[in-house]
Amino acid sequence: MSEKITKIILFIASFIIVIISAGMVLSLMSGAAPAFKEFGFKFIISTEWNPTEGKEQYGALQFIAGTIITSIIAIIICLPLAFSTSLFIGEYFRGTKLAKIIGTMVDMLAGIPSIVYGLWGFYVLRPLIVDLGFNAQGFGIITAGIILAIMIIPYATSISTEIIKMVSNELKEAAYSLGATQKDVIMAVVIPEARSGIFTSYILAFGRAIGETMAVTMLIGNTNIIPKSIFDTGNTMASVIANQFGEADGLKLSSLIAIGLILFVITGLINGLGKIMIKQFN
Amino acid sequence: MKSILSILTVALFLFSCGGNNNTENNDNKKVSITAAGATFPLPFYNLSFKKYTKSEGTLLTYGGIGSGGGIRSLKDKVVDFGATDAFLNDKKEAEMPAKIVHIPTCIGAVVIAYNLPGVENLKLTNSNLEMIFLGTITKWNDESLKKSNPDIKLPNMDITFVHRSDGSGTTYIFSDYMTKISEIWNKKVGKGKSLKWPIGIGAKGNPGVAGTIKQTEGAIGYIGSEFAFAQKIAYAKVQNSAGNYIEPSLESISAAAKGNIPENTKIMLTNSSNNDAYPICGFTWLILYKEQKYNDRSKKQAEELLKFLHWIIDKEAQALAQQVNYAALPEKAILNAKKILKSITYNGEKM
Repeated sequence: MSEKITKIILFIASFIIVIISAGMVLSLMSGAAPAFKEFGFKFIISTEWNPTEGKEQYGALQFIAGTIITSIIAIIICLPLAFSTSLFIGEYFRGTKLAKIIGTMVDMLAGIPSIVYGLWGFYVLRPLIVDLGFNAQGFGIITAGIILAIMIIPYATSISTEIIKMVSNELKEAAYSLGATQKDVIMAVVIPEARSGIFTSYILAFGRAIGETMAVTMLIGNTNIIPKSIFDTGNTMASVIANQFGEADGLKLSSLIAIGLILFVITGLINGLGKIMIKQFN
Repeated sequence: MKSILSILTVALFLFSCGGNNNTENNDNKKVSITAAGATFPLPFYNLSFKKYTKSEGTLLTYGGIGSGGGIRSLKDKVVDFGATDAFLNDKKEAEMPAKIVHIPTCIGAVVIAYNLPGVENLKLTNSNLEMIFLGTITKWNDESLKKSNPDIKLPNMDITFVHRSDGSGTTYIFSDYMTKISEIWNKKVGKGKSLKWPIGIGAKGNPGVAGTIKQTEGAIGYIGSEFAFAQKIAYAKVQNSAGNYIEPSLESISAAAKGNIPENTKIMLTNSSNNDAYPICGFTWLILYKEQKYNDRSKKQAEELLKFLHWIIDKEAQALAQQVNYAALPEKAILNAKKILKSITYNGEKM
């Protein structure tokens, strides 16, 4: 009897999850329908965003571009840092006090709310960008990319650390017994064994960078154009929704929901791509 | 089969909970009034609503969700009244399910704030504003700016225009003014709560714009006066249609509303012809249905609502508005608003 009840509860819980995700997709699609009806496929490839009454015209390409470019900058900066740190904690200095302290600090970074990163970026990073002479006011794609990198490093690091720690000791010991140095073990045993997990951690980090909103809004400059260089200002999908949702109605509201749908699809594609690539590795 | 049945039971149970919560129209119960909308007059509404609840016992709640949200909420009939910084034009009014009326509550202004080290009392002509905000001039020491500020040493610095990234009534008033003073702006940009900006960077909300200007040398932008007055931020004197450079203040703002005000109070106060008026200001309105019997609303609910609306345009509330840096309504606007309130009906009868 009790087994039956457990079964029913588990079934209901998972069923609710399915209903919720299906409901979200459906409501996004029905909300986005007017925008796609009005602009068609052009919505995705147009860079015109004009909310002025009478001249209303919406396109999402500049936001898609802003999102992808900032996330790529973030992952490029994040990669070497997160990779070295996870090797440091998970292999070289594994189990030492130093590794524990660094590990705790990485976890702490992950717990900081995004608005705090935004504030730090606004008051510390932005003046630095101005002093370095990248642009006159310090806002832009590069500023947002750097802050995103700092935000996703802990995700990539802590997952890859766990994966690296999981590489079986017997394999490593076997390598050592054959006379391999620690470097040899890392290159020939640890990395090949852990690569699919490490790769997954970067996919997850990239996914987080794509959806990040608050800190990016505070630093990207919020101009609805395709950035000509990484020092230009721009806007991302998440940030334009957060900014403009409050006063939006009619076609504009529908366009914002459509951007939400595109964001949803892109995130799904990246996760799917990640899964396929992991399968290839194995 | 059994598991499907139990799911259905749970679902039914959930649905039955959601059903009938809105039976608050018992006449002997205390009336509560809900409203939502514009954030521009939020400090005034917060203060005055709290005071009214304290003295009259009527529970008032206001959600500062933006003018668009206020209009949407009234359309869905989930609030007693909405609030908006831009009046609904005839087309928008026709989209509402029933006839609505506008009640102005106070006057706010938009100031041109800037950050130039060592520069105070910056003066800006209409053509200065046009060139700065369209990006035709990009340096602070441009000849045209020097000409309107002969006593000031303007630095050789890039102009950074900071505008709102979110939709806002502040942007509406600012752009309404710009369309009136600049033909090119009118053609190229137009007016609205959010725009297709020719230049500049966006920041969220008055605090975002003010913060960015404060942190950026050479920045200029527009901010709601209620926010700017409460902050230590430099703002420019703007040339009005009479040619005078006017500093924004409660007096110069209320001077903008000294002219003629139409019966329905739907007028933009920007670019006033008054000699002493600060040119970038506007009313903010409450909107409600003219016929108050809808959604099973009780007569008491409608009466309490009217009582409150009479109070908010009256002396006591208007004094509160000035406390939080909005200009009070002029006599003419109050008279018109009272007339509109008199026209409100319940079940077809005047109240």
